[in-house]
Amino acid sequence: MSAASSNLDTASAGLSAAYRDPRQGRGTGRTRLWRRVVDWALIGAAFAVVAGVAVQARAQSTTLLNVSYDPTRELYKDVNAAFAAEWKGKTGETLTIRASHGGSGKQARSVIDGLDADVVTLALSADIDAIAREAKLLPAEWQKRLPNNSAPYASTIVFLVRKGNPKAIKDWDDLVKPGIGVITPNPKTSGGARWNYLAAWAYAQQKYGDEAKVRDYITALFKNVPVLDTGARGATTSFAQRNLGDVLLAWENEAFLVFDEFGADKFEIVVPSISILAEPPVAVVDANVDRKGTRKAAEAYLQFLYSDKGQQIAAKHHYRPSRPEVVAKELVDAFPKLKLVTIDRDFGGWAKAQPEHFGDGGTFDQLYKPKS
Amino acid sequence: MAQALVLGRRTSGPGVLPGFGLSIGFTLVYLSLIVLIPLGALALKAAGLGVDGLLKIAFDARVLAALKISFGVAFAAALINAIFGVLVAWVLVRYEFPGRALVDAAVDLPFALPTAVAGIALAALYAGNGWVGALLEPHGIKVAYTPLGIMVALVFVGLPFVVRTVQPLMQELDREIEEASATLGASRLQTVVRVLLPPLLPAVLTGFALAFARGVGEYGSVIFIAGNMPYVSEIAPLLIVIKLEEFDYRGATGIALIMLLVSFAMLLVINLIQAWSRKRYGHV
Repeated sequence: MSAASSNLDTASAGLSAAYRDPRQGRGTGRTRLWRRVVDWALIGAAFAVVAGVAVQARAQSTTLLNVSYDPTRELYKDVNAAFAAEWKGKTGETLTIRASHGGSGKQARSVIDGLDADVVTLALSADIDAIAREAKLLPAEWQKRLPNNSAPYASTIVFLVRKGNPKAIKDWDDLVKPGIGVITPNPKTSGGARWNYLAAWAYAQQKYGDEAKVRDYITALFKNVPVLDTGARGATTSFAQRNLGDVLLAWENEAFLVFDEFGADKFEIVVPSISILAEPPVAVVDANVDRKGTRKAAEAYLQFLYSDKGQQIAAKHHYRPSRPEVVAKELVDAFPKLKLVTIDRDFGGWAKAQPEHFGDGGTFDQLYKPKS
Repeated sequence: MAQALVLGRRTSGPGVLPGFGLSIGFTLVYLSLIVLIPLGALALKAAGLGVDGLLKIAFDARVLAALKISFGVAFAAALINAIFGVLVAWVLVRYEFPGRALVDAAVDLPFALPTAVAGIALAALYAGNGWVGALLEPHGIKVAYTPLGIMVALVFVGLPFVVRTVQPLMQELDREIEEASATLGASRLQTVVRVLLPPLLPAVLTGFALAFARGVGEYGSVIFIAGNMPYVSEIAPLLIVIKLEEFDYRGATGIALIMLLVSFAMLLVINLIQAWSRKRYGHV
């Protein structure tokens, strides 16, 4: 109130007088006193609100925080609503699930630095490994605790092209042709981009076998990348809204989402001959749930992802379910069949691939090194 | 306004009002908590690298390229703001026109807007299919996703600094001085260069320094419009983020420390120039 009224004062003073005395507009002693009273009242009210919110948050039964990565926003909105309803039916407890989204690596770092995540659902197991390694919030062998390498759903990398595929992009080969603009986020800052990079690598390896030629292919590919966005969502925006480039390397679910979001009349999905099986893993953050007393709910939440209902929701959001047999057939059939390499079999796991390709001075950094 | 006045008037003693002990104590504690301790922690973390490690980071080709872009573009953007900010302030102080209060308020918007929002808006505007970009690109001028885009973002976030530091001083310049200069036979250019600008110079420099400092550290608005290509449009703060992404906290603080040292050196130089100009021309 007082802020608004004093703004009005200065505004009208500005209109009326060309040369404004700096002391003008402060009002007489009485209005000044009144204003100060209002200010203090406002400050008091602000404190009361903050205290109130804090008390209320404490009084609430259980709150779970799911720290996730960018393209799962829509998925977890559905999952959270469905799980909260199920939990209420089972235990009578009102469960509030908050979700935090952002770049996978950045999210992992927030958890390491103290963000109170009950569960993490990130883009790469390397990011959860980092939480185990750097902050010891969960055991190093966390990935063995849930079925299927702790990945309740999987995805892969596909191409999104403009309607009619004007540049006739069919496979990875076409991406290195001159004049093709390839949009991918920066593998240094985006988990999804690392899957993109490795999928391209896997293709070149299958085609050439020889490492020097694989590097040439990857170098040529990134020569065609005009912009390195920091995250998957940013890259999608660059491609779909800014009209940048001819092909977007994207998570399969993100590509379908662009379809849903911008209309199927503008884009087409191209499925390459080979890609990578991207398995975004999930884990309970032990140290946090034990401190907060939320272990039971957190574990049930992750189990729910593997349940029939959870799998159905994942498939609906274009994530490949790990138990396709429990999901409606038409949803499963919507996923194109293609050859998929895996990180464990073909790249020796994230513990090896991460430093080799994306660490300081790794294969990705070498791409941009100027030839001396 | 009041701030500029206080800055201008250098008082040496505590003055007639009591409470110096309390207020200096508060000042030191506050400054320590908010500024000195965090920066000290940064230096401490980076100290683990040793001088060798720090030099290695500083002279890494990619870091050098990023530093060059960050400081170079921030400097250019601050320069542009110094020139056009003075112009904007002049118009706001000396002319009466409908909607002046609105324009005056609009100057502060870059302060209030979340930087990411600014970055996304600018990128949308200057991209090849944006309103401005669509006009420029047929003429071969690419703004978004080039260093030029970074500059646009930095000019945007830096604008209020110059306007708001120069404005109050300008308000106190008497019109009579200009009239006197004219009656004494000075040309218009002479009046501007020798009569109007000198007393404003310290404030312009302050504004320049603030805009520059802001630009060097700017991340949110730049990241969406820069294109982030290594060696071309990769800013130093992004390199810090990349180092963090590799869980290389030490390397990240190393780059931060180098930026801090360079900024400090540059701000010191600007301050010296300012002190010199204040001595030379005095102030209003």
